[in-house]
Amino acid sequence: MSPNKTTPKNSRRKLGKRQTELLRSLCDALSVSGDEQEVREIVLREVKPLCQQVEVDAMGNVLATRVGSAASKVQVMIAAHMDEVGFMLTQDDGDGLFGFSIVGGIDERQLVGKAVIVGREHIPGVIGAKAIHLTTPEERKTAVRLEQLRIDLGPDGGAKAKVGDRAGFATRYTEIGPSIRAKALDNRLGVANLIELLREAPENIDLLAAFTVQEEVGLRGARVAAYHLNPQIGIAVDSTPANDLPSYDEDGENTRYNTRLDHGPAIYLMDGATIADRRLAEWLMKTAEDEGIPYQIRQPNPGGTDAGAIHKTRAGVPSISVSVPQRYCHTAAGLIRRADWENTLRLLSAALARLDSKILTPSEA
Amino acid sequence: MTIDLLPHLKQMLSAPGLSGYEDPIREIVQAAWQPLCDEFSVSRVGSLHALKRGDGADPRPRVMLSAHMDAIGMMVTGIVEGFLRFTQVGGIDPRILPGQMVVVHGRKDLQGMVVLPPTHLLPPEAGSGVVALQYLLIETGLHPDEVEKLVRVGDVVSFAQEPIELGATALAGHTLDNRVSVAAVTHCLDILSRRKHAWDVWAVASSQEEIGVTGAFTSPVDIQPDFAIAIDVTFARSLGGDYRSFPLGEGVTLAWGPNIHPSLYEAIAKTAYDLDIPFMREATPTMTGTDAYAIQVVQSGIPCLLIGIPLRYMHTPVETVSLKDVRRAGRLMAEFISALPQDFMQTLEWK
Repeated sequence: MSPNKTTPKNSRRKLGKRQTELLRSLCDALSVSGDEQEVREIVLREVKPLCQQVEVDAMGNVLATRVGSAASKVQVMIAAHMDEVGFMLTQDDGDGLFGFSIVGGIDERQLVGKAVIVGREHIPGVIGAKAIHLTTPEERKTAVRLEQLRIDLGPDGGAKAKVGDRAGFATRYTEIGPSIRAKALDNRLGVANLIELLREAPENIDLLAAFTVQEEVGLRGARVAAYHLNPQIGIAVDSTPANDLPSYDEDGENTRYNTRLDHGPAIYLMDGATIADRRLAEWLMKTAEDEGIPYQIRQPNPGGTDAGAIHKTRAGVPSISVSVPQRYCHTAAGLIRRADWENTLRLLSAALARLDSKILTPSEA
Repeated sequence: MTIDLLPHLKQMLSAPGLSGYEDPIREIVQAAWQPLCDEFSVSRVGSLHALKRGDGADPRPRVMLSAHMDAIGMMVTGIVEGFLRFTQVGGIDPRILPGQMVVVHGRKDLQGMVVLPPTHLLPPEAGSGVVALQYLLIETGLHPDEVEKLVRVGDVVSFAQEPIELGATALAGHTLDNRVSVAAVTHCLDILSRRKHAWDVWAVASSQEEIGVTGAFTSPVDIQPDFAIAIDVTFARSLGGDYRSFPLGEGVTLAWGPNIHPSLYEAIAKTAYDLDIPFMREATPTMTGTDAYAIQVVQSGIPCLLIGIPLRYMHTPVETVSLKDVRRAGRLMAEFISALPQDFMQTLEWK
C-alpha cells in the first residue's frame, strides 16, 4: 500500500508476535458484560507501565491516561469495550444441567451443539441438542428456543458451577492463512488496538484510554468513563459486522454488506446511536489517503458503539468510531483479516500523530 | 497389559473417517488391536476384521463383535466466492450446524466453520427460523483464489470439535457415535488377552453404517460367525427426557426385539445379572437401526445381540457419554465370551 521505501514511522508494519499473542490472550479470556475481570487484569498489566495514571472506576472501567509532552495538546478519549456477549447460568436442574440466559445479542440458532466454558475456572460444558432420530420432520423446521437448551457439565461436573456464573463459547484463538478466527474479537481487537496506541502515543495529545465495561448491554461503561475523563474528542475503536457473503440466489448481488473484509478499517459516518462528527471523519479519511492506507465507509446501518454514549456526555463530545471488519460477530467464532487489523492500527496511529485541535474549529476554508 | 481407554478414545475421535472414507480411523483401530489379535484383514468395503483365536478344540465356534467406525459429516457440493456449499453424509439436523468447526479434506486439510448467512442473503421463507442445509456455507478463512486451488466438489468435511472431558467420568465430542463402541471392543479384547476363551473372537470395526449399514451386511460373509454382538450407542436422557432414552452413566442397555435372538438375550442378561454389571432392557419394537439389523439377515441368518451405550445429543458435535458405560460394555462382552462353552450354540433354544 505504501510504495515509498522511506515510509514514515506511522506506516510501518504494526503486527508482530507481541500483538497477536496479546490478542490471543484477550480473546481466550472470558469477560461477559458485568464480569470483565479476566480482561481487566490483562489490561492493567499491559497499561500500567505505559501510563502516568491508571484507575479502575466505580463500574469497573479501566481509565488510563498517557500525558503528552507538547505545549498544546488535544484531550482525546479512545474507548474500547472489554466485555463480550455470553451467558449466565440461571437455573440448576441437577445432573450437571443448567438453564441459562443470553447476555447481549446472540442469535439463539447459534447456540445449539456448542462447547462452552463456565466461570472463572473455565469449566468445560456443552449445549446439547435432541438426537435427530428422536425429532419429527415438523420439529426440525422449528428453531430451537433458548428454554429448550441446557448447559451440560456432565453428571458429576455440576458441583463446581452455580447459578449466576457467566459462560461463553469455548472457541480458541486460531490463525488461519490471512485470517484470525476467535470468539470475542468484538471487542478484544479494540482492546488490543488501544493498548498498542498507548504504547506509542504521540506527544501532541493526552491519550485518555477507556477500557469500558457493559457495552453489549447498553453502552453503560462508556457513559461514566466519558463524564470522568471529560475529553475534547471521543473515538470508539470496535469491530463491526462484515456481511460480505454470497446471496442464496446466485444472480442476486449482495449490496447490504455493512463492511467487507480486505477493504481496510471501517470509518463510521452514521449508526443507530451516533452521527459521527464530520470533521473527525474527514481527518481520518484524509490521513488514510495521505498515508496510502486502505479504508472503507461502514454502510450507514443500525448498531452502535461506545461513541453513542460518549458524544452525548456533558456539553457534548465530537465523536467517531473506527472498526475492524469482522464476519460472524456475536457467534461462537468471528473471523477477521490480519491486514484489516493492521491497517486499522496504522490509520489510528497516523491520525493521532497529526491531530490538531484546529480541526474542531469551524472553518469556511 | 491394560489399555487406558480415555487416550485411546481421544485418538480415535481425532481421526477422520466418514462413511466410505474410513482409512484414517481404520489404521488407528488396527494399531490399537495389533497386540491383542492374531490376524487382520480388510473387507472389500473397508471394514477391519481382527481375529483373536480361542483355545477350544478345532473347529472352534466364532463370535463376531461389530462396532461401526464410520462418522457422519458433510461433502462439498459447490464453491461460491470462496465459500463452500455442502450436503450431508449421514443424518444431520441442520439446526446444529451454524457455527460448527469443521475440517475440509481438500488437497490439504483446511480449518473451516459452518456459517449462517445474514437473513437478507437467504430466501425469504428462511426468515429468522431454521435455515436449510443447502443455504448454509463453509468459511475457510482463505482468499477465494486459494479456496479454488485447494478444494474440489466432492471433498469430504469432518466435524472438528475437540473432545471435552466433562467432570470426572463424562466425555463429549463428535463421532462418539460410534467410536465409543470400538473402544468397548478394545476393552473386551484387552480383558480377553488375560483370560482363557474357547471361542474364536472376530472383532469388526465396520464401515458405512451411517449410510445403509453396508459393512455389517458384508463382513459376516467373510467371517461366518455362529452369532454376533453389535455394539452401538443409544439415547441418553437429558433435558425433557424422551421416553426412548436411558440415564447416562448408570449402565449399558441390552436390546430386546425382532433383531435380537431371545435366548442369546437371556444368556447375556444372566451374565450381567450374575456379575452385577448394571444394564437396562431396551425395547426395540421394530428395527434397531444398527449393525444387528443387517447381520441378522446375512446368508442363512445369524443370531444377534445388541449392546447399547447411552449417549446424549446423538449426531451433534457434542455427543456425551460416560466412560463408566463404555467399560461396562467391554467387560460384559469379555465375561460373556470367556464363559461360553464350546457347545453353546447347541444349547440355544427357541422357547
